[in-house]
Amino acid sequence: MNGKFAVEGERTAIRFRDPQIEMAHGAGGKASRRLVEGLFAPLLFQNTGEFLGDAARIRIDGAAFAITTDSFVVRPLRFPGGSIGELAVNGTMNDLAVSGAQGQAMVVTFVLEEGLPTTVLEAEVRAMAAAADRAGVAIVGGDTKVVERGKADGMYITTTGIGRIMPQVTVDARSVRAGDKVLLSGPIGDHGITILLARGELDLEANLASDTRCILSLVEAMAGEAAPGVRWMRDPTRGGVATTLNELARDSGLGIVLLEEEIPMRDEVRGACELLGLDALHIANEGQFLGVVAPEYADAALNALNQAEGGEEACVIGEVRHEPAGAVLVTTRYGGSRIVDMLVGDPLPRIC
Amino acid sequence: MCLAIPGKIVELDRDAAHLGTVEVAGVRRKVDLGLLQDDMPVAGDWVLIHVGFAMTKISEQDAVEQMNLLQMLGEAEQAMQEVRGYGVDESGEHRQENPRPS
Amino acid sequence: MRYVDEFRDPELITKASEEIYRLADPDRHYRIMEVCGGHTHAIYRFGLKDVLPSNIELIHGPGCPVCVLPMGRIDDGLAVAKNSDVVFAAFGDMMRVPGTHGSPFEHKARGTDVRIVYSPADALQIARKNPGKHVMFFAIGFETTAPSTALTLMRAKAEGIKNFSIFCNHVTIIPAIRAILDSPDMRLDGFIGPGHVSTVIGCRPYEWIARNEGKPVVTSGFEPLDLLQSLVMLLRQLRAGEARVENQYKRVVPWEGNRAALKAMAEVFQLRPYFEWRGLGFISQSALKIRDEYAEWDAEQRFPIPGTRVTDPKAAQCGEVLKGVLKPAQCKLFGKECTPERPIGALMVSSEGSCAAYYNYEHRKAAAMVTSISSVA
Repeated sequence: MNGKFAVEGERTAIRFRDPQIEMAHGAGGKASRRLVEGLFAPLLFQNTGEFLGDAARIRIDGAAFAITTDSFVVRPLRFPGGSIGELAVNGTMNDLAVSGAQGQAMVVTFVLEEGLPTTVLEAEVRAMAAAADRAGVAIVGGDTKVVERGKADGMYITTTGIGRIMPQVTVDARSVRAGDKVLLSGPIGDHGITILLARGELDLEANLASDTRCILSLVEAMAGEAAPGVRWMRDPTRGGVATTLNELARDSGLGIVLLEEEIPMRDEVRGACELLGLDALHIANEGQFLGVVAPEYADAALNALNQAEGGEEACVIGEVRHEPAGAVLVTTRYGGSRIVDMLVGDPLPRIC
Repeated sequence: MCLAIPGKIVELDRDAAHLGTVEVAGVRRKVDLGLLQDDMPVAGDWVLIHVGFAMTKISEQDAVEQMNLLQMLGEAEQAMQEVRGYGVDESGEHRQENPRPS
Repeated sequence: MRYVDEFRDPELITKASEEIYRLADPDRHYRIMEVCGGHTHAIYRFGLKDVLPSNIELIHGPGCPVCVLPMGRIDDGLAVAKNSDVVFAAFGDMMRVPGTHGSPFEHKARGTDVRIVYSPADALQIARKNPGKHVMFFAIGFETTAPSTALTLMRAKAEGIKNFSIFCNHVTIIPAIRAILDSPDMRLDGFIGPGHVSTVIGCRPYEWIARNEGKPVVTSGFEPLDLLQSLVMLLRQLRAGEARVENQYKRVVPWEGNRAALKAMAEVFQLRPYFEWRGLGFISQSALKIRDEYAEWDAEQRFPIPGTRVTDPKAAQCGEVLKGVLKPAQCKLFGKECTPERPIGALMVSSEGSCAAYYNYEHRKAAAMVTSISSVA
């Protein structure tokens, strides 16, 4: 975003009232949403009325493209299963994929902290090159800035990716209907818990790694068998499955009902969540996606995912219903249920 | 104040007598065993962990007894229903019941 | 997960639920209080109200240490951190609790060194690793947590670690229960007794409730089957007109309590003559302070404490909700001015506070109930 914007004339009302920016505003939950909808959207997005998705659709000379931008801020830079560079490439490709686009090219900006060892930077650049290679995307340019020691936590990476929209795939919350099935590509919570443990503040150890990966091939596999039935997709990053599905419930005006026993998660994620009093549905994922599919296509979609490499653990975790409108309900086999809301800020360990 | 989780002691610390490593579903953490000094646990014991301290040892026997009690719930009533089916009732009383969940 | 999964068995839960339906007298309305915030959280998390008959009313008690902490104490703790350049270490539960000038997280945004710890032992470790900084652990919790704070202090003293102190807000559960029973608006049939507090204090401290007040108490575990079994036990007593203390959580709660834990508490703490509880007012002999032998590690003796007293806004009806006299939704501010994101009262801040639990898990559900979920996939 380089300064001038063509929103001239009428002043659009800013609804964002928080006096200062806090960590919660970046956590992907309610506070983040308030910031985007209350400050950025009125001033920058020209209030087109489009839902704010992971990527924007544009037409250039009649051809449909998707464009997305994202920034990557993670501490520590390297963690079991990946690093900031891989998150950057995979995250961008995934945003495009769940918007129904095949990422073609990316540009990358580095904000580097003075004093960052070159070996660290080189390792990240190599990781990005490898991830881009695996994902089949070209990194075609970028920018670099250096800031003083003490800022930038080592490095921040921003990416912008552009992709070609897959022909029969439309992603639109307004097309979602009661009876549609909710599909999840694999176990939840791996990334967020790995990062939490890697920070070392809680002194927990587990055999866990981030699930960061490019899920384009899974989306393509699903689209190959069930494209006409795919209504909506999103990758549940910060804020977790709960936040993503709450956004869908809000945007569609429908309810989402999940069956707790169907939601896959690794033992270690479960153990960490129980120990710390966290809900796995609020934990970030970097290699999964949610898809809402019309019931007559659900079996084909699930089958296609299960057959694809990396999609073996994909499953149906719930369905869309009229009630509870605008909310997400998690039910259990014995009949107990609870509403799961969007996160406010980052998930916090609790002792009570 | 209340979040406490059962974990298994997988290792006692060689250098510090009051510390041990506990495992919960594959997640490991050092835990202070000082509150159990009157009856120190050994590797293999299950303890209840709260804020990084072991609060008590978990009694397998009591857990099993509890599960047995839970399994038996409703069995006495089932037996009674069968008996009533023959027109015989233990106490002779007519019992009112709440509507069941569907 | 062992000792967890078996107590979440769906078939046994259904069985227990059916037994409760059988035992509950349809002509009676039962008012049962679960004292402990952890039980409140469990009831909502497992959706247990969905498997109970409508004539069993669960009333949420005051056993939430974050909820009963007066705002002035948070202000004082943060003032010490800010003015004396001290590291403010606390459990995650505290981080979003609003003080007069913001929550610990908001203070962090403005430059105070605020850190989340899982254990007081971790706070002591930060002190060991940072000899140039002073670490103050803002301690909260009932008797479940106090022994761990006590042991940590004993270890700090034994090792001669000087750059460490505790700002002690530990409170005791019995005076809170007394305050509930003394309240004229309160009518209760029985108690689901605290589970983890009882691992320390045992079951004897509840005997006066059964003997003098004629109410049965069942100390309960936190899994669905624990809570349901406790209700079965309570209903059996109520049907028979009995009032006894029973221990449902036998696998973990010793009747006589944990002697070593009680000893550690007695070594480090003594009772304050009185202490203010948010929503309940001043209660005598209800809170712990650090003994003089440990004065060097008592933040209240080492640092100047403003001694802030903050009264809650009159419109916030935290006290009545805390005592179970009002339901969360009956407070005028609930869901409007007071939400988990912008909490006014403490019951909305802690995830186990009645208002937050009700808001997060329940209130939209009430609007359009999904009754039975047969098959989803």
